[in-house]
Amino acid sequence: MDILDFAFMQRALLAALVVGITAPAIGTFLVQRRQALMGDGIGHVALTGVGLGFLLNTSPVWMATAVCVVGAVVMELIRSYGKARGDIALAMLFYGGMAGGVMLMSLSSSGSNANLTTYLFGSITTVSQQDIVAICVLAAFVILATLGLRRQLFAICQDEEFARVTGLPVRLLNLLIAVTAAVTVTVAMRVVGLLLVSALMVIPVAASQQIARSFAMTFALAIAIGVLVTVSGTTLSYYVDVPSGASIVLLAIGVFVTLTVLATPLARKRARQAAAAAEDGCTLTVPDARRPADDVRV
Amino acid sequence: MDGQPVISLRGATATLGSRPVLRGIDLTVRRGEVVALLGANGSGKSTAVRAIVGQVPLTGGELELFGTPRRRFRDWARLGYVPQRTTAAGGVPATVGEVVSAGRLARTKLGIMRKADREAVVRALELVGMADRIKDSVDALSGGQHQRVLIARALAVEPELLIMDEPMAGVDLASQEVLATALRAQVERGATVLLVLHELGPLEPLIDRAVVLRDGCVVHDGPPPEAVGQHALPGHDHVHPHAGPAAEPIRTGLLS
Repeated sequence: MDILDFAFMQRALLAALVVGITAPAIGTFLVQRRQALMGDGIGHVALTGVGLGFLLNTSPVWMATAVCVVGAVVMELIRSYGKARGDIALAMLFYGGMAGGVMLMSLSSSGSNANLTTYLFGSITTVSQQDIVAICVLAAFVILATLGLRRQLFAICQDEEFARVTGLPVRLLNLLIAVTAAVTVTVAMRVVGLLLVSALMVIPVAASQQIARSFAMTFALAIAIGVLVTVSGTTLSYYVDVPSGASIVLLAIGVFVTLTVLATPLARKRARQAAAAAEDGCTLTVPDARRPADDVRV
Repeated sequence: MDGQPVISLRGATATLGSRPVLRGIDLTVRRGEVVALLGANGSGKSTAVRAIVGQVPLTGGELELFGTPRRRFRDWARLGYVPQRTTAAGGVPATVGEVVSAGRLARTKLGIMRKADREAVVRALELVGMADRIKDSVDALSGGQHQRVLIARALAVEPELLIMDEPMAGVDLASQEVLATALRAQVERGATVLLVLHELGPLEPLIDRAVVLRDGCVVHDGPPPEAVGQHALPGHDHVHPHAGPAAEPIRTGLLS
Protein backbone atom coordinates (compact mmCIF):
# COMPACT_ATOMS: atom_id res chain seq x y z
CA MET A 1 0.00 0.00 0.00
CA ASP A 2 2.30 2.76 -1.22
CA ILE A 3 -0.66 5.12 -0.95
CA LEU A 4 -0.14 5.28 2.83
CA ASP A 5 3.53 6.25 2.51
CA PHE A 6 2.65 9.89 1.98
CA ALA A 7 1.63 12.02 4.95
CA PHE A 8 -0.80 14.04 2.80
CA MET A 9 -2.57 10.84 1.72
CA GLN A 10 -2.81 9.63 5.31
CA ARG A 11 -4.47 12.92 6.20
CA ALA A 12 -6.68 12.73 3.14
CA LEU A 13 -7.90 9.22 3.95
CA LEU A 14 -8.55 10.11 7.58
CA ALA A 15 -10.54 13.17 6.49
CA ALA A 16 -12.43 11.03 3.99
CA LEU A 17 -13.26 8.47 6.67
CA VAL A 18 -14.73 11.00 9.14
CA VAL A 19 -16.68 12.75 6.38
CA GLY A 20 -18.05 9.39 5.28
CA ILE A 21 -19.36 8.85 8.81
CA THR A 22 -20.61 12.32 9.72
CA ALA A 23 -22.35 13.53 6.55
CA PRO A 24 -24.78 10.56 6.24
CA ALA A 25 -25.29 10.51 10.04
CA ILE A 26 -26.80 14.00 10.19
CA GLY A 27 -28.14 13.61 6.65
CA THR A 28 -30.46 10.80 7.75
CA PHE A 29 -32.26 13.17 10.12
CA LEU A 30 -32.39 15.95 7.53
CA VAL A 31 -33.89 13.58 4.95
CA GLN A 32 -36.36 12.27 7.53
CA ARG A 33 -37.76 15.75 8.16
CA ARG A 34 -37.65 16.50 4.43
CA GLN A 35 -34.91 19.11 4.64
CA ALA A 36 -32.61 17.28 2.27
CA LEU A 37 -31.26 20.47 0.72
CA MET A 38 -30.45 22.22 3.97
CA GLY A 39 -26.81 21.13 3.65
CA ASP A 40 -26.67 22.85 0.29
CA GLY A 41 -27.94 26.09 1.82
CA ILE A 42 -25.40 25.93 4.63
CA GLY A 43 -22.70 25.22 2.06
CA HIS A 44 -23.49 28.50 0.32
CA VAL A 45 -23.34 30.41 3.60
CA ALA A 46 -20.04 28.73 4.51
CA LEU A 47 -18.34 30.46 1.63
CA THR A 48 -18.66 33.78 3.44
CA GLY A 49 -16.84 32.18 6.36
CA VAL A 50 -14.08 30.94 4.09
CA GLY A 51 -13.73 34.42 2.57
CA LEU A 52 -13.66 35.96 6.02
CA GLY A 53 -10.95 33.49 7.08
CA PHE A 54 -8.76 34.52 4.16
CA LEU A 55 -9.38 38.23 4.72
CA LEU A 56 -8.54 38.06 8.43
CA ASN A 57 -5.71 35.54 7.91
CA THR A 58 -7.28 33.02 10.28
CA SER A 59 -8.11 29.38 9.67
CA PRO A 60 -10.83 29.18 7.01
CA VAL A 61 -12.19 25.96 8.58
CA TRP A 62 -12.89 27.52 11.99
CA MET A 63 -14.18 30.74 10.46
CA ALA A 64 -16.47 28.78 8.14
CA THR A 65 -17.72 26.79 11.15
CA ALA A 66 -18.63 29.99 13.00
CA VAL A 67 -20.43 31.52 10.02
CA CYS A 68 -22.19 28.23 9.18
CA VAL A 69 -23.48 27.82 12.71
CA VAL A 70 -24.90 31.35 12.66
CA GLY A 71 -26.41 30.74 9.20
CA ALA A 72 -27.94 27.41 10.23
CA VAL A 73 -29.45 28.87 13.38
CA VAL A 74 -30.98 31.71 11.33
CA MET A 75 -32.39 29.12 8.89
CA GLU A 76 -33.86 27.11 11.76
CA LEU A 77 -35.47 30.24 13.23
CA ILE A 78 -36.93 31.13 9.83
CA ARG A 79 -38.27 27.57 9.54
CA SER A 80 -39.89 27.49 12.96
CA TYR A 81 -41.23 31.05 13.22
CA GLY A 82 -41.53 32.78 9.86
CA LYS A 83 -44.03 30.59 8.11
CA ALA A 84 -44.76 33.26 5.51
CA ARG A 85 -42.24 33.63 2.69
CA GLY A 86 -39.63 31.50 4.42
CA ASP A 87 -38.36 30.39 1.02
CA ILE A 88 -37.57 33.96 0.01
CA ALA A 89 -35.70 34.57 3.26
CA LEU A 90 -33.71 31.39 2.71
CA ALA A 91 -32.87 32.39 -0.86
CA MET A 92 -31.51 35.72 0.44
CA LEU A 93 -29.37 33.83 2.92
CA PHE A 94 -28.00 31.36 0.36
CA TYR A 95 -27.10 33.81 -2.36
CA GLY A 96 -26.00 36.48 0.09
CA GLY A 97 -23.62 33.91 1.59
CA MET A 98 -22.26 32.91 -1.81
CA ALA A 99 -21.81 36.49 -3.05
CA GLY A 100 -20.30 37.56 0.27
CA GLY A 101 -17.74 34.77 0.05
CA VAL A 102 -16.66 35.63 -3.47
CA MET A 103 -16.45 39.33 -2.56
CA LEU A 104 -14.42 38.78 0.62
CA MET A 105 -12.11 36.37 -1.18
CA SER A 106 -11.31 38.90 -3.88
CA LEU A 107 -10.63 41.59 -1.25
CA SER A 108 -8.09 39.48 0.63
CA SER A 109 -4.47 39.40 -0.50
CA SER A 110 -4.01 35.63 -0.09
CA GLY A 111 -7.31 34.64 -1.68
CA SER A 112 -7.45 33.76 -5.35
CA ASN A 113 -9.82 32.05 -7.72
CA ALA A 114 -7.72 28.92 -7.41
CA ASN A 115 -8.26 28.98 -3.65
CA LEU A 116 -11.96 29.54 -4.16
CA THR A 117 -12.15 26.48 -6.38
CA THR A 118 -10.54 24.23 -3.79
CA TYR A 119 -13.27 25.17 -1.31
CA LEU A 120 -16.11 25.00 -3.81
CA PHE A 121 -15.21 21.58 -5.19
CA GLY A 122 -12.91 20.18 -2.52
CA SER A 123 -9.22 19.44 -2.62
CA ILE A 124 -8.59 16.63 -0.25
CA THR A 125 -4.86 16.33 -0.90
CA THR A 126 -4.23 19.91 0.30
CA VAL A 127 -5.67 19.18 3.78
CA SER A 128 -3.09 20.50 6.26
CA GLN A 129 -2.14 19.25 9.71
CA GLN A 130 -4.22 22.02 11.36
CA ASP A 131 -7.15 21.24 9.07
CA ILE A 132 -7.16 17.59 10.05
CA VAL A 133 -7.18 18.45 13.76
CA ALA A 134 -10.13 20.80 13.26
CA ILE A 135 -11.95 18.22 11.12
CA CYS A 136 -11.51 15.46 13.73
CA VAL A 137 -12.62 17.63 16.64
CA LEU A 138 -15.73 18.79 14.76
CA ALA A 139 -16.49 15.28 13.56
CA ALA A 140 -16.34 13.97 17.13
CA PHE A 141 -19.04 16.49 18.06
CA VAL A 142 -21.25 15.42 15.14
CA ILE A 143 -20.89 11.70 15.93
CA LEU A 144 -21.63 12.24 19.63
CA ALA A 145 -24.72 14.33 18.89
CA THR A 146 -26.24 12.10 16.20
CA LEU A 147 -25.53 8.75 17.89
CA GLY A 148 -26.08 9.81 21.49
CA LEU A 149 -29.36 11.61 20.85
CA ARG A 150 -30.62 9.47 17.97
CA ARG A 151 -33.89 8.51 19.70
CA GLN A 152 -34.72 12.09 20.62
CA LEU A 153 -33.77 13.39 17.18
CA PHE A 154 -35.78 10.60 15.55
CA ALA A 155 -38.83 11.61 17.59
CA ILE A 156 -38.69 15.29 16.65
CA CYS A 157 -37.95 14.61 12.98
CA GLN A 158 -40.79 12.08 12.81
CA ASP A 159 -43.53 14.15 14.47
CA GLU A 160 -42.57 17.46 16.02
CA GLU A 161 -46.00 18.10 17.55
CA PHE A 162 -46.05 14.73 19.30
CA ALA A 163 -42.44 15.14 20.46
CA ARG A 164 -43.35 18.41 22.17
CA VAL A 165 -46.12 16.67 24.13
CA THR A 166 -43.68 14.00 25.30
CA GLY A 167 -41.77 16.83 26.99
CA LEU A 168 -38.71 16.82 24.74
CA PRO A 169 -36.91 20.20 24.48
CA VAL A 170 -37.92 20.44 20.82
CA ARG A 171 -36.62 23.95 20.17
CA LEU A 172 -33.22 23.08 21.61
CA LEU A 173 -32.99 19.82 19.67
CA ASN A 174 -33.99 21.59 16.45
CA LEU A 175 -31.16 24.06 17.00
CA LEU A 176 -28.82 21.15 17.71
CA ILE A 177 -29.73 19.58 14.36
CA ALA A 178 -29.07 22.90 12.62
CA VAL A 179 -25.72 23.38 14.36
CA THR A 180 -24.69 19.77 13.72
CA ALA A 181 -25.56 20.12 10.04
CA ALA A 182 -23.50 23.33 9.90
CA VAL A 183 -20.52 21.66 11.55
CA THR A 184 -20.78 18.72 9.17
CA VAL A 185 -20.65 21.07 6.19
CA THR A 186 -17.33 22.47 7.36
CA VAL A 187 -16.01 18.98 8.12
CA ALA A 188 -16.85 17.88 4.57
CA MET A 189 -15.88 21.14 2.87
CA ARG A 190 -12.22 20.22 2.24
CA VAL A 191 -13.08 16.73 1.06
CA VAL A 192 -16.00 17.16 -1.37
CA GLY A 193 -16.30 20.94 -1.58
CA LEU A 194 -19.09 23.27 -0.52
CA LEU A 195 -21.13 22.74 -3.69
CA LEU A 196 -21.09 18.95 -3.29
CA VAL A 197 -21.45 18.72 0.51
CA SER A 198 -25.17 18.11 0.40
CA ALA A 199 -24.70 15.15 -1.95
CA LEU A 200 -22.92 13.21 0.80
CA MET A 201 -25.70 14.03 3.27
CA VAL A 202 -28.46 12.88 0.93
CA ILE A 203 -27.29 10.26 -1.59
CA PRO A 204 -26.01 7.59 0.87
CA VAL A 205 -29.32 7.93 2.76
CA ALA A 206 -31.33 7.64 -0.44
CA ALA A 207 -29.29 4.58 -1.46
CA SER A 208 -29.70 2.96 1.94
CA GLN A 209 -33.48 3.51 1.86
CA GLN A 210 -33.72 1.30 -1.19
CA ILE A 211 -33.16 -1.80 0.90
CA ALA A 212 -33.69 -0.76 4.54
CA ARG A 213 -37.08 -0.95 6.22
CA SER A 214 -36.22 0.54 9.61
CA PHE A 215 -34.74 3.84 10.64
CA ALA A 216 -31.85 2.18 12.49
CA MET A 217 -30.96 0.15 9.41
CA THR A 218 -31.17 3.20 7.12
CA PHE A 219 -28.91 5.13 9.49
CA ALA A 220 -26.26 2.38 9.79
CA LEU A 221 -26.26 1.47 6.12
CA ALA A 222 -26.05 5.14 5.04
CA ILE A 223 -22.90 5.54 7.14
CA ALA A 224 -21.42 2.34 5.69
CA ILE A 225 -22.12 3.58 2.15
CA GLY A 226 -20.72 7.00 3.05
CA VAL A 227 -17.44 5.53 4.29
CA LEU A 228 -17.23 3.21 1.29
CA VAL A 229 -17.58 6.00 -1.27
CA THR A 230 -15.41 8.60 0.47
CA VAL A 231 -12.50 6.24 1.07
CA SER A 232 -12.66 4.58 -2.34
CA GLY A 233 -13.21 7.95 -4.08
CA THR A 234 -10.15 9.39 -2.36
CA THR A 235 -8.05 6.34 -3.25
CA LEU A 236 -9.27 6.58 -6.84
CA SER A 237 -8.31 10.24 -7.03
CA TYR A 238 -4.77 9.31 -5.92
CA TYR A 239 -4.23 6.68 -8.60
CA VAL A 240 -6.09 8.22 -11.53
CA ASP A 241 -5.54 11.92 -10.75
CA VAL A 242 -9.18 12.99 -10.79
CA PRO A 243 -10.83 15.43 -8.33
CA SER A 244 -11.77 13.70 -5.06
CA GLY A 245 -15.11 15.46 -4.55
CA ALA A 246 -16.46 14.59 -7.98
CA SER A 247 -15.24 10.96 -7.72
CA ILE A 248 -16.91 10.51 -4.34
CA VAL A 249 -20.25 11.93 -5.47
CA LEU A 250 -20.29 9.93 -8.70
CA LEU A 251 -19.43 6.76 -6.78
CA ALA A 252 -22.28 7.49 -4.36
CA ILE A 253 -24.70 7.85 -7.26
CA GLY A 254 -23.34 4.58 -8.65
CA VAL A 255 -24.11 2.85 -5.33
CA PHE A 256 -27.59 4.37 -5.34
CA VAL A 257 -28.34 3.09 -8.85
CA THR A 258 -26.92 -0.37 -8.06
CA LEU A 259 -28.97 -0.73 -4.88
CA THR A 260 -32.09 0.51 -6.65
CA VAL A 261 -31.68 -2.18 -9.31
CA LEU A 262 -30.89 -4.86 -6.71
CA ALA A 263 -33.83 -3.79 -4.55
CA THR A 264 -36.45 -4.42 -7.23
CA PRO A 265 -36.60 -8.24 -6.74
CA LEU A 266 -36.41 -7.68 -2.98
CA ALA A 267 -39.46 -5.42 -3.09
CA ARG A 268 -41.34 -8.04 -5.15
CA LYS A 269 -40.45 -10.72 -2.61
CA ARG A 270 -41.72 -8.54 0.23
CA ALA A 271 -44.93 -7.83 -1.63
CA ARG A 272 -45.46 -11.61 -2.07
CA GLN A 273 -44.83 -12.19 1.64
CA ALA A 274 -47.27 -9.44 2.53
CA ALA A 275 -49.87 -10.99 0.23
CA ALA A 276 -49.32 -14.40 1.83
CA ALA A 277 -49.58 -12.87 5.30
CA ALA A 278 -52.95 -11.33 4.57
CA GLU A 279 -55.24 -14.20 5.51
CA ASP A 280 -58.51 -12.53 4.69
CA GLY A 281 -57.84 -12.34 0.98
CA CYS A 282 -60.66 -12.11 -1.52
CA THR A 283 -62.84 -15.18 -1.22
CA LEU A 284 -65.62 -14.04 -3.50
CA THR A 285 -65.13 -15.64 -6.90
CA VAL A 286 -65.94 -13.42 -9.79
CA PRO A 287 -67.47 -15.30 -12.73
CA ASP A 288 -65.53 -15.09 -15.96
CA ALA A 289 -66.69 -12.51 -18.39
CA ARG A 290 -68.51 -14.00 -21.38
CA ARG A 291 -66.33 -14.17 -24.43
CA PRO A 292 -67.18 -15.02 -28.04
CA ALA A 293 -65.28 -18.32 -27.59
CA ASP A 294 -67.88 -19.44 -25.05
CA ASP A 295 -70.84 -21.39 -26.23
CA VAL A 296 -72.64 -18.39 -27.54
CA ARG A 297 -74.56 -19.05 -30.70
CA VAL A 298 -75.75 -16.21 -32.78
CA MET B 1 -68.19 13.19 40.11
CA ASP B 2 -65.88 13.84 43.01
CA GLY B 3 -62.49 12.90 41.52
CA GLN B 4 -59.84 15.57 41.45
CA PRO B 5 -59.60 17.59 38.24
CA VAL B 6 -57.02 16.31 35.76
CA ILE B 7 -57.71 19.00 33.17
CA SER B 8 -59.05 22.34 34.30
CA LEU B 9 -59.64 25.00 31.68
CA ARG B 10 -61.27 28.26 32.77
CA GLY B 11 -62.30 31.12 30.51
CA ALA B 12 -59.85 29.97 27.84
CA THR B 13 -59.52 32.09 24.73
CA ALA B 14 -57.31 31.45 21.71
CA THR B 15 -56.93 32.85 18.23
CA LEU B 16 -55.62 31.42 14.98
CA GLY B 17 -54.22 34.28 12.95
CA SER B 18 -56.58 37.09 13.93
CA ARG B 19 -59.69 34.89 14.12
CA PRO B 20 -60.94 34.09 17.62
CA VAL B 21 -61.37 30.30 17.78
CA LEU B 22 -61.96 29.81 21.50
CA ARG B 23 -64.08 32.47 23.15
CA GLY B 24 -64.03 31.68 26.85
CA ILE B 25 -64.24 27.93 27.37
CA ASP B 26 -64.66 26.22 30.73
CA LEU B 27 -63.81 22.53 30.71
CA THR B 28 -63.04 20.31 33.66
CA VAL B 29 -62.15 16.65 33.28
CA ARG B 30 -61.94 14.68 36.52
CA ARG B 31 -59.92 11.57 37.27
CA GLY B 32 -61.42 8.47 35.69
CA GLU B 33 -63.84 10.34 33.44
CA VAL B 34 -64.24 9.75 29.71
CA VAL B 35 -65.21 13.02 28.10
CA ALA B 36 -66.04 13.53 24.44
CA LEU B 37 -65.57 16.93 22.89
CA LEU B 38 -68.08 17.27 20.08
CA GLY B 39 -68.92 19.96 17.58
CA ALA B 40 -69.09 20.81 13.91
CA ASN B 41 -66.01 21.56 11.81
CA GLY B 42 -64.55 24.90 12.89
CA SER B 43 -66.28 24.86 16.29
CA GLY B 44 -62.89 24.98 18.02
CA LYS B 45 -62.81 21.45 19.45
CA SER B 46 -59.43 20.59 17.95
CA THR B 47 -58.00 23.95 18.99
CA ALA B 48 -59.22 23.37 22.55
CA VAL B 49 -57.39 20.04 22.72
CA ARG B 50 -54.27 21.44 21.09
CA ALA B 51 -54.29 24.30 23.62
CA ILE B 52 -54.49 21.77 26.46
CA VAL B 53 -51.38 19.94 25.23
CA GLY B 54 -49.58 23.23 24.63
CA GLN B 55 -49.57 23.31 20.83
CA VAL B 56 -51.71 26.45 20.62
CA PRO B 57 -50.99 29.35 23.00
CA LEU B 58 -53.92 30.60 25.06
CA THR B 59 -54.54 34.33 24.75
CA GLY B 60 -56.52 34.38 27.98
CA GLY B 61 -57.88 32.21 30.75
CA GLU B 62 -56.26 29.55 32.89
CA LEU B 63 -55.21 25.97 32.28
CA GLU B 64 -54.15 23.44 34.86
CA LEU B 65 -53.00 19.86 34.23
CA PHE B 66 -53.06 17.53 37.25
CA GLY B 67 -53.51 20.62 39.43
CA THR B 68 -50.35 22.33 38.13
CA PRO B 69 -50.52 25.49 36.01
CA ARG B 70 -49.68 24.55 32.39
CA ARG B 71 -46.62 26.79 32.38
CA ARG B 72 -45.04 24.88 35.26
CA PHE B 73 -46.24 21.42 34.17
CA ARG B 74 -43.30 19.12 33.38
CA ASP B 75 -44.73 15.70 34.14
CA TRP B 76 -45.34 14.75 30.51
CA ALA B 77 -45.05 11.01 31.17
CA ARG B 78 -48.53 11.13 32.73
CA LEU B 79 -50.05 12.19 29.44
CA GLY B 80 -50.55 10.29 26.18
CA TYR B 81 -51.46 12.26 23.07
CA VAL B 82 -52.81 11.16 19.70
CA PRO B 83 -52.66 14.06 17.25
CA GLN B 84 -55.14 14.49 14.46
CA ARG B 85 -54.47 13.05 11.01
CA THR B 86 -50.71 13.05 11.23
CA THR B 87 -48.80 10.61 9.18
CA ALA B 88 -46.24 8.44 10.93
CA ALA B 89 -44.26 8.25 7.69
CA GLY B 90 -41.25 10.54 7.43
CA GLY B 91 -38.72 10.90 4.65
CA VAL B 92 -36.86 7.82 5.92
CA PRO B 93 -38.44 4.39 6.50
CA ALA B 94 -39.28 3.56 10.12
CA THR B 95 -40.74 0.44 11.67
CA VAL B 96 -43.86 0.24 13.79
CA GLY B 97 -41.64 -0.54 16.79
CA GLU B 98 -39.47 2.54 16.23
CA VAL B 99 -42.47 4.87 15.96
CA VAL B 100 -44.11 3.46 19.10
CA SER B 101 -40.78 3.63 20.99
CA ALA B 102 -40.78 7.40 20.44
CA GLY B 103 -43.87 7.49 22.65
CA ARG B 104 -41.94 5.84 25.47
CA LEU B 105 -39.19 8.53 25.59
CA ALA B 106 -40.83 10.47 28.41
CA ARG B 107 -40.37 7.45 30.72
CA THR B 108 -36.72 6.84 29.79
CA LYS B 109 -33.60 8.46 31.13
CA LEU B 110 -31.68 10.17 28.30
CA GLY B 111 -33.58 8.11 25.76
CA ILE B 112 -32.03 4.76 26.72
CA MET B 113 -34.55 1.97 26.16
CA ARG B 114 -34.33 -0.64 28.91
CA LYS B 115 -36.01 -4.03 28.98
CA ALA B 116 -39.06 -2.62 30.77
CA ASP B 117 -39.39 0.07 28.10
CA ARG B 118 -39.25 -2.43 25.27
CA GLU B 119 -41.88 -4.54 27.04
CA ALA B 120 -44.12 -1.49 27.41
CA VAL B 121 -43.84 -0.88 23.65
CA VAL B 122 -44.89 -4.48 22.94
CA ARG B 123 -47.78 -4.23 25.43
CA ALA B 124 -49.01 -1.02 23.78
CA LEU B 125 -48.93 -2.72 20.39
CA GLU B 126 -50.77 -5.75 21.78
CA LEU B 127 -53.52 -3.44 23.03
CA VAL B 128 -54.21 -2.28 19.49
CA GLY B 129 -53.65 -5.72 17.95
CA MET B 130 -50.49 -4.74 16.06
CA ALA B 131 -47.80 -6.61 18.01
CA ASP B 132 -47.13 -8.95 15.08
CA ARG B 133 -46.32 -5.95 12.87
CA ILE B 134 -43.62 -4.50 15.16
CA LYS B 135 -40.83 -5.00 12.60
CA ASP B 136 -42.87 -3.84 9.60
CA SER B 137 -42.35 -0.46 7.98
CA VAL B 138 -45.12 2.03 8.76
CA ASP B 139 -45.29 2.79 5.03
CA ALA B 140 -46.82 -0.65 4.49
CA LEU B 141 -49.83 -0.02 6.77
CA SER B 142 -53.42 0.89 5.90
CA GLY B 143 -55.01 4.06 7.27
CA GLY B 144 -56.70 2.23 10.12
CA GLN B 145 -53.56 0.31 11.08
CA HIS B 146 -51.63 3.55 10.95
CA GLN B 147 -54.02 5.13 13.42
CA ARG B 148 -53.69 2.08 15.69
CA VAL B 149 -49.91 2.56 15.68
CA LEU B 150 -50.30 6.24 16.63
CA ILE B 151 -52.58 5.22 19.50
CA ALA B 152 -50.08 2.58 20.62
CA ARG B 153 -47.44 5.33 20.59
CA ALA B 154 -49.58 7.32 23.04
CA LEU B 155 -50.22 4.22 25.19
CA ALA B 156 -46.52 3.24 25.34
CA VAL B 157 -45.90 5.78 28.10
CA GLU B 158 -48.69 4.16 30.19
CA PRO B 159 -50.45 7.48 30.65
CA GLU B 160 -52.93 8.49 33.34
CA LEU B 161 -54.54 10.91 30.92
CA LEU B 162 -55.15 10.07 27.28
CA ILE B 163 -55.96 12.90 24.87
CA MET B 164 -57.04 11.94 21.36
CA ASP B 165 -57.90 14.24 18.50
CA GLU B 166 -60.40 12.53 16.17
CA PRO B 167 -59.02 8.99 16.65
CA MET B 168 -61.75 7.49 14.49
CA ALA B 169 -61.37 9.77 11.45
CA GLY B 170 -60.74 7.73 8.33
CA VAL B 171 -60.53 4.45 10.25
CA ASP B 172 -62.14 1.28 8.90
CA LEU B 173 -64.81 -0.50 10.91
CA ALA B 174 -62.55 -3.35 12.09
CA SER B 175 -59.96 -0.88 13.40
CA GLN B 176 -62.70 1.20 15.06
CA GLU B 177 -63.76 -1.84 17.06
CA VAL B 178 -60.16 -2.62 18.03
CA LEU B 179 -59.75 0.97 19.18
CA ALA B 180 -62.96 0.87 21.19
CA THR B 181 -61.71 -2.28 22.94
CA ALA B 182 -58.29 -0.72 23.60
CA LEU B 183 -59.95 2.37 25.02
CA ARG B 184 -62.23 0.28 27.25
CA ALA B 185 -59.13 -1.43 28.69
CA GLN B 186 -57.62 1.99 29.45
CA VAL B 187 -60.78 3.16 31.16
CA GLU B 188 -60.96 -0.03 33.22
CA ARG B 189 -57.44 0.50 34.54
CA GLY B 190 -58.50 3.96 35.66
CA ALA B 191 -57.22 6.22 32.90
CA THR B 192 -58.85 9.57 32.24
CA VAL B 193 -59.74 10.18 28.60
CA LEU B 194 -60.50 13.30 26.60
CA LEU B 195 -61.52 12.63 23.01
CA VAL B 196 -62.36 14.91 20.14
CA LEU B 197 -65.03 13.19 18.09
CA HIS B 198 -67.07 14.03 15.07
CA GLU B 199 -69.78 11.58 16.10
CA LEU B 200 -70.01 9.24 19.05
CA GLY B 201 -70.09 6.08 16.92
CA PRO B 202 -68.83 2.81 18.47
CA LEU B 203 -67.36 4.65 21.46
CA GLU B 204 -70.80 5.80 22.64
CA PRO B 205 -71.17 3.29 25.53
CA LEU B 206 -67.81 4.34 27.01
CA ILE B 207 -68.51 8.02 27.23
CA ASP B 208 -69.50 9.53 30.58
CA ARG B 209 -69.97 13.09 29.49
CA ALA B 210 -70.08 15.09 26.30
CA VAL B 211 -69.06 18.69 25.87
CA VAL B 212 -70.39 20.29 22.71
CA LEU B 213 -68.72 23.37 21.22
CA ARG B 214 -70.21 25.80 18.76
CA ASP B 215 -68.31 28.85 17.46
CA GLY B 216 -65.73 28.62 20.22
CA CYS B 217 -68.23 28.43 23.10
CA VAL B 218 -69.50 25.50 25.18
CA VAL B 219 -73.19 24.92 24.35
CA HIS B 220 -73.71 21.59 26.14
CA ASP B 221 -71.93 19.92 29.04
CA GLY B 222 -73.56 16.80 30.39
CA PRO B 223 -74.72 13.35 29.34
CA PRO B 224 -74.02 12.46 25.70
CA PRO B 225 -76.67 14.09 23.52
CA GLU B 226 -79.52 11.88 22.32
CA ALA B 227 -79.24 10.74 18.77
CA VAL B 228 -81.65 12.55 16.49
CA GLY B 229 -83.22 11.87 13.10
CA GLN B 230 -82.47 8.58 11.38
CA HIS B 231 -80.12 7.45 14.15
CA ALA B 232 -82.82 7.83 16.82
CA LEU B 233 -85.31 5.52 15.13
CA PRO B 234 -85.94 2.29 17.03
CA GLY B 235 -84.12 -0.61 15.45
CA HIS B 236 -81.22 1.52 14.29
CA ASP B 237 -78.43 -0.26 16.08
CA HIS B 238 -75.47 0.92 13.99
CA VAL B 239 -75.09 -2.33 12.15
CA HIS B 240 -73.97 -1.53 8.68
CA PRO B 241 -74.73 -3.83 5.81
CA HIS B 242 -71.34 -5.34 5.15
CA ALA B 243 -71.49 -8.88 3.87
CA GLY B 244 -69.76 -11.40 6.11
CA PRO B 245 -67.13 -13.71 4.64
CA ALA B 246 -69.60 -16.61 4.68
CA ALA B 247 -72.23 -14.69 2.73
CA GLU B 248 -73.43 -16.17 -0.52
CA PRO B 249 -71.88 -14.73 -3.65
CA ILE B 250 -74.26 -12.24 -5.14
CA ARG B 251 -76.21 -13.82 -7.94
CA THR B 252 -77.70 -11.31 -10.24
CA GLY B 253 -78.96 -13.81 -12.77
CA LEU B 254 -77.53 -11.75 -15.55
CA LEU B 255 -74.66 -14.04 -16.42
CA SER B 256 -76.00 -17.50 -15.66
